[in-house]
Amino acid sequence: MTSLPKLLVIGGSAGSLNVLLQLLPTLDPRWPLAMIIVLHRKNDNDALLAELLSAKTLLPVKDAEEKDVLAPGSIYIAPSDYHLLIEPDGSLTLDASEKVHYSRPSIDVTFMSAAEVFTNRLYCILLSGANVDGAEGLQTVRELGGFTAVQDPTEAEVSFMPKYALNTVGVDKVLGIREMIAFVQSLR
Amino acid sequence: MFDLISQYEPILVYDYGNARKLCELTAAKQNDYAMMDSLRHLKDEDVLVLLNDLLEQYGYDFTDYSFASVKRRLQRVYSAGRFPSFAEFRYRVKSDPDYLIYLMEQITVNVTEMFRDPHFFELLRKQVLPVLATYPLIRIWHAGCSTGEEVYSMAILLNELNLLHKSVIYATDINESVLEKARKGIFPLQHMQQYSQNYMASGGQQEFSGYYAANYEYAKFSERLREKIIFAAHNLVTDHSFNEFQLIICRNVLIYFNKDLQDKVLHLFSDSLEQLGFLALGAKETLRFTTVAPLFKPFANREKIWRKIST
Repeated sequence: MTSLPKLLVIGGSAGSLNVLLQLLPTLDPRWPLAMIIVLHRKNDNDALLAELLSAKTLLPVKDAEEKDVLAPGSIYIAPSDYHLLIEPDGSLTLDASEKVHYSRPSIDVTFMSAAEVFTNRLYCILLSGANVDGAEGLQTVRELGGFTAVQDPTEAEVSFMPKYALNTVGVDKVLGIREMIAFVQSLR
Repeated sequence: MFDLISQYEPILVYDYGNARKLCELTAAKQNDYAMMDSLRHLKDEDVLVLLNDLLEQYGYDFTDYSFASVKRRLQRVYSAGRFPSFAEFRYRVKSDPDYLIYLMEQITVNVTEMFRDPHFFELLRKQVLPVLATYPLIRIWHAGCSTGEEVYSMAILLNELNLLHKSVIYATDINESVLEKARKGIFPLQHMQQYSQNYMASGGQQEFSGYYAANYEYAKFSERLREKIIFAAHNLVTDHSFNEFQLIICRNVLIYFNKDLQDKVLHLFSDSLEQLGFLALGAKETLRFTTVAPLFKPFANREKIWRKIST
């Protein structure tokens, strides 16, 4: 377990792509964590999303495949139409089960699964969106010792999702975009 | 631009402070619940104990399944059952056969739809089934067929290509209760619009509603479609090959298995395929890095179809 990098999971829905497009270019190629991005979206445009994000960062970006093992400095995108879970050994599992909050991938599912494996070596940030997804997951992350944050709802393109998480479960930090960038850059 | 920002600034500051306060408040509340919450969580050891019970008492072997996925599903059942403790959950599983059936249905993923991934079915219609049309008898195996939506989709394809009369479809699943549903061929009417769209996107040109009779909130599929389908229980983990096929379809099943079990099941498929038989997997499944890879050649990369080239 100690050989695994720490993990940052970012969950977003409507209006969150822009945040990622601002955040990713600021990361140093030696940024040492693994990152998973769970984005709600229509099916079928996986390749495009990976390409788009890939063009914005020096870190390697890939669509998560089952049995991939999380590597430091790598960014994994949860594929559309599958939930993304993490095994105790840090490898990834895809899961085609029921949608959660009308979503597959669901942010809750990945937050919770990551929390079980990474406990206090985990950072989760919930971005803009119009869904309740993510809140319950953040709660589990906190309970198991991980760090939780939401995008400042007043800055979010769609404030509902971060606001909902804030109101129902609470988080460790509310991050404006500039703070979020500084925070993620500082992770070691 | 500057105007816009200054216009919104007061609101930003106000809400931001408010958000911070909310954040602290709920953090305090959180600690009170933490104790209670920890009781709801299944521990890894609990999951292993339960999996061991299922194996020893009932012969269901989930020990080579993806742990994260099985744990998540057991956690859902455990939470829904509002058991006061894990011990009581375990006792229920060990002592109540009806509950076991329910549990089995919940552990295995039974999410499926008709003509799911229309591209895939289009490829079957245009490129795979025309090859099989040259055989006097077409034998197809749907492994892990769940409630049967894809099996009926296949029967519709065969019917439209005038091949159904000389086809046999074996549709198997580990789970007897989903097979019971599959045999009935009755699906919720509310899904028909989606299925009909999928069907058309896959190149279907008939009236999709002609295949079923609508009755209140259910659609019952034509008896004729299921005349050539044999539904039977088969456990990919423990059971052996039972026939030779020209096409095996097993989509979104292998993702729940660990590497060893994936290899084992893929060998079972290889052993159950005729020379040049087709193997179709789910959108995120692959033969790459498996020990059967040399036995197959890719037929359609995107649609995840391979052909067996050696024994």
